[in-house]
Amino acid sequence: MISLTRRQIAWRAAQDLPDGAYVNLGIGLPTLVSNFVPADREVVFHAENGVLGQGPAPAPGEEDPDLINAGRGFITLVRGGAIVHHNDAFVIIRGGHLDCTLLGAFQVSALGDLANWATDDPTFPPGLGGAMDLAVGAKEVRVLLEHTTKDGRPRLVERCTYPLTAARCVKRIYTNLAVLDVTDGGFMAREMVPGLSREALQAKTGAPIAFAADCGLLKAPALD
Amino acid sequence: MIDKRVSSLAEAVSGVKDGATVLLAGFGSVGEPVELIEALHDTGVRDLVVVANNAGLGDTGLARLIGSGRVRKIICSFPRTADPHCFDAAYRAGKLELELVPQGTLSERIRAGGAGIAAFYTRVSAGTEVANGKEVRQFAGQPHVLEEAIRGDLALIRAETGDRWGNLTYRLSARNFNPVMAMAADLTVAQVSQFVELGSIDPDHVHTPGIFVDRIVAVPRSHSA
Repeated sequence: MISLTRRQIAWRAAQDLPDGAYVNLGIGLPTLVSNFVPADREVVFHAENGVLGQGPAPAPGEEDPDLINAGRGFITLVRGGAIVHHNDAFVIIRGGHLDCTLLGAFQVSALGDLANWATDDPTFPPGLGGAMDLAVGAKEVRVLLEHTTKDGRPRLVERCTYPLTAARCVKRIYTNLAVLDVTDGGFMAREMVPGLSREALQAKTGAPIAFAADCGLLKAPALD
Repeated sequence: MIDKRVSSLAEAVSGVKDGATVLLAGFGSVGEPVELIEALHDTGVRDLVVVANNAGLGDTGLARLIGSGRVRKIICSFPRTADPHCFDAAYRAGKLELELVPQGTLSERIRAGGAGIAAFYTRVSAGTEVANGKEVRQFAGQPHVLEEAIRGDLALIRAETGDRWGNLTYRLSARNFNPVMAMAADLTVAQVSQFVELGSIDPDHVHTPGIFVDRIVAVPRSHSA
């Protein structure tokens, strides 16, 4: 069984973004996605701090101290990029102007509930950022995450045990093991990494998985 | 004649009272008026309610204000930054009240404060513990949460250029919360990287018009974080 790297998860999510899409990238794993959009597509990346047209990371020494993304990493602007103030950045988010947002998560439930701002660890300070706004405002919410926690517990669960960001909002999930949709019937696997059995994927998942009739192989090029 | 320029940071932040509600712009340290915040700290003012996106990083600016115990309560969206040790220490010691607000709701509450709107309904946070205790009403079949406006006694903002009327321009993503906070306080003080002649900013390119700005002080970028 070949588990995807973080960059490969981001690559796989990027392949699903259509030409012309306006896409918000949340902090963490999603920020990698802008590196992997196929060259024949124009996708405009939005960052909650007022950037439209987020480009790749600058070369070392080329950083502009006034140009960062939601995760506070230095970025570039693409040709045609624009800057707005914070209120307009969230008009874009809440007003339904984004085709899609790609977010990180601690847990996703079989209903599509999203938990990504607080855990049950009292030493871990909570942080909302723009996640609640994005989860209800973007036309579609997709999540990128590791399939299990570092100690092997499922992140895809029947019900979230961490506080919710928003209920019933997640449509598609990219993990290091599978691509899944959240359907009316719960999780449905669309792709799985080679060498992983259905039983093994189910064992790493906290809610029943259905398998699409055309469930295929999850493959990504070597990127590191 | 209108001239909102002041010659020192101390003058720029003079007259702020204990217990004031202070809007501090910036996203992380980008667009944060660090020198004005440090000058506010040096006035000795305390018992502040701070409204900001984050809760300070390292030991400068907002972090220093918190580290010195000057902040009673912080209203913010994301206190977890690269190095929030001043916030963490104060929060865990129970010395700092935290009101966590979704980032867009925070921005809109401030906008409402500047726009004369008392409150508004939003879908954001409905059904989550962030909405606990707030009025919820159905619009178009969906639950919406009532959120009240925020106004500041003081707003500290940071811009790139400014003229003596207080017309301002910002640079790239350092714009962030600055324009909305500039509108929402009784006293708005801007630090700018450079003063420019009145009339030299193209009227179509003024980001914040001087009507929202009360004092302006130059802090050259080379001295800035």
